[in-house]
Amino acid sequence: MNDELKYLSSRAAMGRLTRRNFLGRASALGLSAVAANTMLAGAVKAAGPKKGGTIKVGVEGGSSSDSLDPALSTNTTMGTVTRLWGEPLVELAAGGGLDGRVAESWEGSADASVWTFRIRQGITFSNGKEVTAEDVVATMDRHSGEDTKSGALGVMRGIKAMRAEGRDFIVELHEANADLPFLMTDYHLMIQPNGGKDDPSAMIGTGPYIIKSADPGVRYVAEKNPNHWDDSQGHADTIELLVINDDTARVAALQSGQVHMISRVPPRTAGLIARAPTINVHTKSGPGHYVFIAHVDTAPFNNPHVMMALKYGINRQEMVDKILFGYGSIGNDIPINASYPLFTPLPQREYDPEKAAFHMKKSEYDGPILLRTSDNSFPGAPDAAALFQQSCAAAGIKMDIKREPNDGYWSEVWNKQPFSTSYWSGRPVQDQMYSTAYLSTADWNDTRFKNPQFDQLLVAARAELDSAKRKQMYADMALILHNEGGLIAPMFNDFIDGVSDKIGGWDETAGFGLMNLYAPVKTWVTA
Amino acid sequence: MHVALKLVSQRLALGLLLLFMVSALIFAGTNILPGDVAQSILGQSATPEALANLREELGLNEPALNRYFSWLGGVLQGDLGTALTSGQDIAESMGKRLSNTLFLAMWAAIISVPLAVFLGLVAVRFRDRWPDKLISGVTLASISIPEFLIGYVLMYFIGVKLGWAPTVATIYDGMSLGEKLQTIALPVAVLTLVVLAHMMRMTRAAILNVMQSAYIETAELKGLTMFLIIWKHAFPNSIAPIVNVVMLNLAYLVVGVVVIEVVFTYPGMGQYLVDHVSKRDLPVVQASGLVFAAVYIGLNMVADIVAILSNPRLRHPK
Repeated sequence: MNDELKYLSSRAAMGRLTRRNFLGRASALGLSAVAANTMLAGAVKAAGPKKGGTIKVGVEGGSSSDSLDPALSTNTTMGTVTRLWGEPLVELAAGGGLDGRVAESWEGSADASVWTFRIRQGITFSNGKEVTAEDVVATMDRHSGEDTKSGALGVMRGIKAMRAEGRDFIVELHEANADLPFLMTDYHLMIQPNGGKDDPSAMIGTGPYIIKSADPGVRYVAEKNPNHWDDSQGHADTIELLVINDDTARVAALQSGQVHMISRVPPRTAGLIARAPTINVHTKSGPGHYVFIAHVDTAPFNNPHVMMALKYGINRQEMVDKILFGYGSIGNDIPINASYPLFTPLPQREYDPEKAAFHMKKSEYDGPILLRTSDNSFPGAPDAAALFQQSCAAAGIKMDIKREPNDGYWSEVWNKQPFSTSYWSGRPVQDQMYSTAYLSTADWNDTRFKNPQFDQLLVAARAELDSAKRKQMYADMALILHNEGGLIAPMFNDFIDGVSDKIGGWDETAGFGLMNLYAPVKTWVTA
Repeated sequence: MHVALKLVSQRLALGLLLLFMVSALIFAGTNILPGDVAQSILGQSATPEALANLREELGLNEPALNRYFSWLGGVLQGDLGTALTSGQDIAESMGKRLSNTLFLAMWAAIISVPLAVFLGLVAVRFRDRWPDKLISGVTLASISIPEFLIGYVLMYFIGVKLGWAPTVATIYDGMSLGEKLQTIALPVAVLTLVVLAHMMRMTRAAILNVMQSAYIETAELKGLTMFLIIWKHAFPNSIAPIVNVVMLNLAYLVVGVVVIEVVFTYPGMGQYLVDHVSKRDLPVVQASGLVFAAVYIGLNMVADIVAILSNPRLRHPK
């Protein structure tokens, strides 16, 4: 590599040369813009984290009715806030495994029914109190008690007993579950002193920051926790989080330099925003997917031929192109994609109007099919419904669309009406995704899918510690769901984040967008 | 002045009665909406147990009438209750939002009201000539464009391209007055453009109406200049309709700026109300509704009283 280039990139990484200048001079030396960008990113990483400064973040999802209690947090904004002040036992690692946070190590019994987490020695809450295994028990207890309102109750239900033994937190399960540590990454399960039973909204935890002011739905300010145990997090002195729900306003805030990073760049404009020399757009494929869900126990969807006709009557690629503007990947009528550790691809089901017409004819059902949709069921849902209607019409299937109000959609339409649009944000592991929505007895079995063979495989896979065998079981389950389920999954949506070139340390992660919502604590300001 | 006193007390009593009726209407309205608070709070991640627990804790199993009267009793004692969703004290969190809304409305009014009246006077002075047509044209254009579009256009050119003013108007405690004013520059500009035309046109029409009168001709014959005639004779006689439309626009600045608040991420009442309506947080919706109704009724009352006091025939009824 050219020495002058090396010198320039290190200067740029240190913030002594602006990125625009660097790119200009690099191209004068005969380097393409893409290569120059890659080089700069490498140099920034090599220069190491820069301490100090303020990172300003624009996030969507927050509302003035948000509760500060992690048990009740439901949106991206609160997920980001809780990650500032708190930590769970373990967190998703970039490569697909887990990183220890409050727990430094963990292991399961041979049959995966008892799990032991060793609490990290000598770490303290931001109120100065040392973290004990009793605090962890109390936290889990608060999320799993009979009268809890926690969003993590579903995760906690498999637990039979918990206890603290010295530095160990021990969990006994009703039935074996090899994925239990993954369940502990749930963003509600932040470890709080005495489990937060005294003051659930105090925002005291072991995280790299301490919340200084919290104005729900408006603004959060956090300052560095000087006693945080992990040097690889918490580089900036101050984090300022602004809730900006309007898409255009969020993008404008990034463009005008009022914030350093924003979540959820609208796919429609992502390409245009990326052209600005000072802004990088990062996309990440994730487990989130947009779906059409049919109740397979309700006519006409209880007729397998009707379901098959609909599955052949949807043009998945068209939806990825027109609804996601290419920022996503096509689905295959299962809720799982390559972002899951034990994923096995199935043959892709393609749009085939002839096969759709054939199945429709065989079903002997000739009435119209009523699809309910709303703007908030996923971005662009009414447009996607219209595309579905047209691709079905090409196969001679008549579909009616009923547009429902956003208000009350989740309580009145989703999981109540037989055919509707919806979304899933996905789960870290297959067991959790399937247990949440496809097990016969699941609370949110929003397709009314009841298949004894599927249930049996699901329970057996939990106890299977041989991952090759487990992978095969999940492949078998996926095939059953692919052919018999009420799920029509045309697309998996990417997370799209906009980041200023003043931010260093952006990296790949598993989980949600904004580096699994850890971007504020893991990145740093370069200039 | 006892006539005026009687008048004010009459209006106040009527206003209170109206407020009471409004509270009943809001309660009925929010109760017939589909879905309930517990479901909305927990969203898609609600389990039946969590739902049942939350409903029990929020007292949603009580009959609606009981809930309404216990709330009304609290309000009469100055207790607005706590938000069902976040558990925060409503009076406290709403007070902050309300003062933000009033802050924005005040600055928009300080700029737009004198400007509108002045432009109206200028339009009358140069009636049917180019200044009149220019003023009418520009203000009518700005009222005809949807306000969010004006917002986005200003945001793009002034905020992003020129960098003169911030695009996110989030104000918070600890900002100096100067910082606050710079932060709200764009929303104030948009609001001014939106309310200007209505007040300007009304000023122009009301004064032109008076200008047909015989006493204006007399004033003209006395040799007064055109501006002096308008200022001394025409304006005082057309104050009632002008105050009326000014008050309507002030009320709009307080209760109707939800869109601008969302576009500029301004932490005001509108956004606060919308957030809680979508969560079915009844106590907050009721409290916000009452405050909005009180502002609306109050400002209209002021307009009424000013109109009566400015008219000697109404001030001294036979």
